[in-house]
Amino acid sequence: MSPQFEIQLIATLTAVACSLPGVFLVLRGMSMMSDSITHTILLGIVLAFFLTNDLSSPLLIMGAALMGVITVWLTETLNRTRLLSEDAAIGIVFPLLFSVAIILITRYAGSVHLDTDAVLLGELAFAPFDRLVVSGMDLGARAIYTSGVILLLNLLVIVVFFKEFKLVTFDPMLAAVLGFSPVLVHYGLMTMISLTAVGAFEAVGSVLVVAFMIGPPVTAYLLTDDLKQMLILSGTAGAVNGILGYQTAAFLDASIAGSMAVVTGVVFCLAFIFAPQRGLVSVLRRRKLQRTEFARQTLLLHLYNREAEDQKAREAGTRLEQLHLHWSEAFARKIVLGLQKKGCLCFDGNFIKLTRQGRQISMRNYEELFGHFDKGHIF
Amino acid sequence: MDACIILLTDYTFQTVALGSAILGIISGIMGSFAVLRKQSLLGDGVSHAALPGVVLAFVLTGSKNTEFLLFGALLSGLLATLFIIQIVKHSRIKFDSALALVLSVFFGLGMVLLTHVQKIPDSNQAGLKRFIFGQAATLLQRDVVLMLVCGIVLLILVIIFWKEFKLFTFDSDFARSIGFSPRKLNLLLSFMIVLTIIIGLQTVGVILMSAMLIAPAVAARQWTDKLAMMVLLAAVFGALSGVAGTIASSLVPKLPTGPCIVIIVSLIVLVSLLFAPGRGMVGRLYRHRQTRLTLKANGGKSDVSAI
Repeated sequence: MSPQFEIQLIATLTAVACSLPGVFLVLRGMSMMSDSITHTILLGIVLAFFLTNDLSSPLLIMGAALMGVITVWLTETLNRTRLLSEDAAIGIVFPLLFSVAIILITRYAGSVHLDTDAVLLGELAFAPFDRLVVSGMDLGARAIYTSGVILLLNLLVIVVFFKEFKLVTFDPMLAAVLGFSPVLVHYGLMTMISLTAVGAFEAVGSVLVVAFMIGPPVTAYLLTDDLKQMLILSGTAGAVNGILGYQTAAFLDASIAGSMAVVTGVVFCLAFIFAPQRGLVSVLRRRKLQRTEFARQTLLLHLYNREAEDQKAREAGTRLEQLHLHWSEAFARKIVLGLQKKGCLCFDGNFIKLTRQGRQISMRNYEELFGHFDKGHIF
Repeated sequence: MDACIILLTDYTFQTVALGSAILGIISGIMGSFAVLRKQSLLGDGVSHAALPGVVLAFVLTGSKNTEFLLFGALLSGLLATLFIIQIVKHSRIKFDSALALVLSVFFGLGMVLLTHVQKIPDSNQAGLKRFIFGQAATLLQRDVVLMLVCGIVLLILVIIFWKEFKLFTFDSDFARSIGFSPRKLNLLLSFMIVLTIIIGLQTVGVILMSAMLIAPAVAARQWTDKLAMMVLLAAVFGALSGVAGTIASSLVPKLPTGPCIVIIVSLIVLVSLLFAPGRGMVGRLYRHRQTRLTLKANGGKSDVSAI
């Protein structure tokens, strides 16, 4: 395997692994917890390193995952006192734990590979240098296996506990009543998030893990209402971001993780603007259509009311200036011309008259809006 | 004792201590509004999002002057805030997700730009990296002067718009109904908070700046129910932890200033949460106990707490 291929494989595996549990973070309104956890796992790693004095020990991953769960617990405990709001609780816990980690590193581990730069920024380009060698055989970059195992683990957990996750995410009360423990599922999810973050942050650094965890799910969230589809779309978006990000990085000769984050942003922007139903374009178009439709109905009702109030108006018609609808002239003209095209009104000199069809439509609208049509009042 | 005297006459120490104190005061004041408006994490978002602005300012001007870099940071921080607001306004994505997305994508963009800077011959990016991690020790006198000027401007704005901000913070609907423009006030307040964050970047760095914004305000909130008192206390707590953190990091070798300040301000929060009169946990537990004892004594039954 060429190093380029290996890097792309690692990037894709990591991105997909992050994008799956991220879906639940986004849906549960806990996105910023990912930011918090990705910073505090550093403390877990440092503490575990002091225990083992070995940078490749699996205890480091355990320590990191444990610290992620502790972070969540601390934040929630602070929040439960009701002395401060949830976001403030997050903002107090993680800088504190992170500060402790930085102080420990600068004071006691300055000579070791553990430095803050590597943790925060990560470097995927170096991943192929760290090989997995079993009894003299080179089996490829170690990170392929770490990220692969994490991806499989995430997939397995989500497939097996899909129902539980779904229920707890959308209706924790019902879940509790049915006998699922929302707390257990919650901490299970948080353990999964911390493990994934540990696996990913070595490659891409802690801040960009957030882009991987939140970017694809929010993109998918704009495209579908179905949880299963959202998971699939999120994974797909993750893979696309990984590969496109690497290609961009290779093209620009820039930071790989950074490029992947930028691509994540671009892909999100595309979805944000062009998503079929929730995209900016279709939302704005729908709003404009609704505005026109509403204005047409208003105008028809208005003309109809005038006819009813004043029998003469029916024969003579109404001048556009008499309408007092507070519209700009251009907008009023647009609405009138649109209605004329649909055959709802016609011009008699400068006067506007309702046609038969227009009168009928107006009556129907009136009934839809106010229920039964009171004929006695109008005629 | 000798160490103290040497410290107090040391020029670098004075500069850094003064800078940290000013930062503590400003972030205490502005943080009070951010926390009360439940925008605490905006600090985290904006401080990350400032990175591409810093790098771009360096690339475009080729100068490492703090003023230029901070101006770039300010612009990209504001742009990020604008993005977040637009995403929340035009889609069903909630504030926290939009914040997380924008902060990480902007940071990634900053990383991409940094690799570009590395390729420029004889440009040393060390000066830029200090914006990520913060290095109070690199504060120069002119940086402190800049902080002071910004701080005074912010303070004057807070005093001028005191009544408006107060009304807006606690009852924005009422503020709107009596004719204040919530959009303009929101914009002004957000701008001021972003400016505060940017000023703090080079002292405590991206990640720890959010603590500086939140912690003094949360601590102050426990001691009082009055906004003026809270802002004042938050400023005092901020200044105290700034100076104390600087002293600690100067006395002990290899102790970074930023994290030191954060740990001290977190301790203040802990003490406030536990011991503040009225709201504090300890007092609350004590009162619960007293109530229970009184009920027991008066009711004569053993399971009065079940009422």
